[in-house]
Amino acid sequence: MNFVLNGVSTDVAAHPMTRLLDVLREECGLTGTKEGCGEGECGACTVLVNGEPVCSCIVPVVQVTGAEVLTIEGLGGTHPLQELFMSEVGAQCGICTPGMILTALTLSEAPTLDEVKTALAGNLCRCTGYSAIYRAVMKWRGTGHA
Amino acid sequence: MSAVGNSVPRKDGIGKATGAARYADDIVLPGMLHGRTIRSTIPRGRVRSITLDFDTTGFTIVDYHDVPDRNVVDLIAQDQPFLVEKEIRHMAEPILLLAHEDKETLNAARVTIEYDEDTPLFDPEQSTQFFKTITIAKGDAAAALSRADIIVEGTYRTGHQEHIYIEPNGVIAELEEGGVTIHGSVQCPFYVIKAVRCLLGPSRPVRVIQTETGGGFGGKEEYPSMLAGHAAMLALKSGRPVKMIYDRTEDMVATTKRHPSIVTHRTGLTRDGRLVAMDVEVLMDGGAYVTLSPVVLSRGCIHAAGPYRCDNISIRGRVVFTNTPPNGAFRGFGAPQTEFAVEVHMDRIAETLGMDPVSLRRINALRPGDTTATGQTLRADSSAHQVLEEAVRRTDFTRKRTEYLGSNRAIGLALFYHGAGFTGAGEKNLKSTARLVLTPTGVRIAVGSTEIGQGTRTMHAQIVTDALGIPYEDVEVAQPDTARVADSGPTVASRTCMVVGKILEECALEMRDTLGGLAPKEYYARHGSITVERMYQPPDWIQWNDDTYEGDAYATYGWGCDVAELEVDPDTFEVRPVKLTAVQEFGRPIHPALARGQIEGGTVQGLGYALLERVVMKHGAMANAQLTNYTIPTTLDTPEIDVVMLSNPYPGGPFGAKGLGELPMDGPAPAVVNALRHLKFDVREIPATPELLAAAPTLA
Amino acid sequence: MKTAIAELDLERATSLRQALALMKSEARTPLAGTTDLYVELNFGTLKPRRFLDIWALNELRTISMHGDTLVIGALATFTALIRSPLVQARLPMLVEAAGLVGGIQIQNRGTLGGNIANASPAGDSLPVLAAVDAMLVLRSADAERRIPFTEFYTGYRKSVMRPDELLVAVEVPPVEGAQYFRKVGTRAALAISKIVMAGVKGAVPRIAFGSVAPTVVRVRHTEQALAGGTHIEDVVRILEQEIAPIDDIRSSAAYRRRVAGNLLRRFWSS
Repeated sequence: MNFVLNGVSTDVAAHPMTRLLDVLREECGLTGTKEGCGEGECGACTVLVNGEPVCSCIVPVVQVTGAEVLTIEGLGGTHPLQELFMSEVGAQCGICTPGMILTALTLSEAPTLDEVKTALAGNLCRCTGYSAIYRAVMKWRGTGHA
Repeated sequence: MSAVGNSVPRKDGIGKATGAARYADDIVLPGMLHGRTIRSTIPRGRVRSITLDFDTTGFTIVDYHDVPDRNVVDLIAQDQPFLVEKEIRHMAEPILLLAHEDKETLNAARVTIEYDEDTPLFDPEQSTQFFKTITIAKGDAAAALSRADIIVEGTYRTGHQEHIYIEPNGVIAELEEGGVTIHGSVQCPFYVIKAVRCLLGPSRPVRVIQTETGGGFGGKEEYPSMLAGHAAMLALKSGRPVKMIYDRTEDMVATTKRHPSIVTHRTGLTRDGRLVAMDVEVLMDGGAYVTLSPVVLSRGCIHAAGPYRCDNISIRGRVVFTNTPPNGAFRGFGAPQTEFAVEVHMDRIAETLGMDPVSLRRINALRPGDTTATGQTLRADSSAHQVLEEAVRRTDFTRKRTEYLGSNRAIGLALFYHGAGFTGAGEKNLKSTARLVLTPTGVRIAVGSTEIGQGTRTMHAQIVTDALGIPYEDVEVAQPDTARVADSGPTVASRTCMVVGKILEECALEMRDTLGGLAPKEYYARHGSITVERMYQPPDWIQWNDDTYEGDAYATYGWGCDVAELEVDPDTFEVRPVKLTAVQEFGRPIHPALARGQIEGGTVQGLGYALLERVVMKHGAMANAQLTNYTIPTTLDTPEIDVVMLSNPYPGGPFGAKGLGELPMDGPAPAVVNALRHLKFDVREIPATPELLAAAPTLA
Repeated sequence: MKTAIAELDLERATSLRQALALMKSEARTPLAGTTDLYVELNFGTLKPRRFLDIWALNELRTISMHGDTLVIGALATFTALIRSPLVQARLPMLVEAAGLVGGIQIQNRGTLGGNIANASPAGDSLPVLAAVDAMLVLRSADAERRIPFTEFYTGYRKSVMRPDELLVAVEVPPVEGAQYFRKVGTRAALAISKIVMAGVKGAVPRIAFGSVAPTVVRVRHTEQALAGGTHIEDVVRILEQEIAPIDDIRSSAAYRRRVAGNLLRRFWSS
């Protein structure tokens, strides 16, 4: 199976029904994608497939054949949202952060606070109570204040 | 610019936002096996037989016969085994450990266990086996009750709560220098080392290294000792590194939760609303082993009378055995349960007296010079009235309280406090130490206090920066590794800033003297490295009698007043929190953004406790052990949180700081339930689910 | 205990014709967005071991009008429903239902056909389809048949669909009258429904409930009573007879019954 992982054409040998999450973490060695629940509920394993967020713990790898997959590693370390998650304390323990950032990347150009909340509803955070995450996202490209 | 008091860049770096931060499951060691736990499927009985229904080739199998030294998780009591020998006391109790290099082969292995079952005990009110009882007596509550103008009684219940750190429990054990090294998601590396040493015996060295930890909230205080012991045994037997990562369901079914409670109040008052007698009975369900239950009960009882002045108080607490998985540490540690009860009770008292909830609290809230239930005379750093008045003013509480009547919107408040640090003589007995090491580039903090998201690294570095008078960038923070850092005590009990931070401040001041005006780099270049290590000295005025529960329970307290505004859907009884105002005084924030994060996060965890988070127990096991069915707040369940941080420095804390981590957990549940009461729902229990509201009596 | 992936056998379909031919020759469970399937794999509760991946069949993704009928391909995701101008215009309550399915990660993967075929009584879209008298298009290698949605389920997680058939499309006839949808979940987002109701307030009201019986139910006695002018409080009593909610880990029978009545009142008075 072949797909484009963080911009690089990648061949993987896993069983076609292996979870995309396991292929990314174990075969590709990209451990920035986290497992929080294994049932598509917490969003910690969120990656973008053709630009849309999905939970990689419930996607068989075969279904990303030919697709573009973006994980947190694909952002490098210089995306403004990454800096803002740290400085605004949108990341506390950090385990939900990669998934949260990837989902936030798909927000429209100038989202309202309600749009941010709706978009991030599939990413659970237990540390922050979300407010600091809104502050990070709104500072990045929001309209008005979080 | 000073570091303390400013939201300086965090010492975490960028790794949490790039995926580079290494959590336990991200680490792969050469030759590593995966471990799995086979658990009991009955709540009480004995193991009759164990049959391995799989090809054991390539498997490492461990049972209690493999325990090198003592089969007890060494904590307060020594009653809990690492592995069941015969007797089973709860569902999901570990019996057998398996390891294999292939996860799927490991998961596919089937083990059949036959049992002789006994009748389980699930109802804590029926339990006659007490892990701990506590009596607090001040004045003569019985006599004062008999003289009171008015008596108000009530019983209040709280359910289990599951931590839901988003990273489940996980460790890796590897063999090193004839012993075992544990890498893991832990709050308290030195608890783990104590437990694993007891398991392995004195001849094997044990080392514990904390990996990046994806949340704790108390849930990684004591349980990792169990898990680390399991991984250590598998590693010893196989001779290879062993990784054990719980999946979400196992984590929820098998590990600790917040103690359910039943608290009964009987309160005497004068007609004009003065508290004259408080009689409180506290019952907590400890589950099947002692774990930390005695100290949870202790903190719960000490806070059970609330932040109020009353000359006659009787508090009687007990934490009891049931055949359920042991309950343990969870942010707030007993206080959220008892403060829920007393705060809802206070609103019922106000109702009985025909008084508004603010006036009743104004009359009775503790002031400096007043004494608490344990007879502690409060000092100037006590702010019950300040937080109350600020919350009332900021939310326009009194006007809204009238204005909302007759609508489906309501407002309620709760006043609360939280003792910082270990109870009574706890800090004195703990003898925590901190270490500061001079390096070629500055100084390194070497303490066992863990960063679990709350900002330990950053906040400690800020304190050292200012005490030493050097640039913040020149302070580094060592990864907690028991071979390389001082035992600064567990990262619990809102003590990491106030207590460990204080020792670090003293270390830094001592080092500053030694440096004699030289910059660290200059001193190092001339004289080489120096190390300063100091032990915590609690304030000398603290007097505590652990037999009578009299005296200075805590060196200081944080104070809070939460105001909840919410709406209830008249068709579905769904509660929509609209706004939560959290006014909190915790001395002084070292890092305002991190402190705010603690308040926002703790408040939302408290909202979940109040409204959503229901552990459904069936035959002694959690029946809804999935994130789909145990529902924590999402973005859309979370209202605006308005945080107000008041200042009232504690002279014994670093730069005036008190503890903060737990305080925000105490207020939301009673504030929410008091708002529901404002809407005429007579609720005395959490979680206040729509099902509960639909069945609740309606107030006149 | 997790299901071992190595035990599973997967074929990938490249066209509908090929998929149907395969399903005729051997028993395979179709899979698409896998949002439910992987949960079952994770808990080890999944029985089938042989699967057919139909995710790539883009021909089943179209949303279009055939005359007056809105035709939704079975593989239309919830996101596609939310974004579709046709669905927004014709069946806004389906847009609302789709927006309450999980988070956007799940909406991007879950399909309308999967929601139907999975046959959970709590499926969020199902009361909508029941209330509008949708037709399901089932196709096998040999034939195609149309089944009224309200006759599709035969019991808890059971339907009339044969092992060689694929659900290919959902046909929605014109809907006259105001649409009403309400999901009552365990929280504001990412919730499994405790009770879900869809209603159409036309000349004759049409009402369906989810999570109150082994399958989604059209409450026809209730509808008839409302149409006949029976007092709403008497209609609520009829509704209570017509549903059979249970106690489970998410809610209680008493709550579901009471809230169902309240939702009916709200629907009728709105």
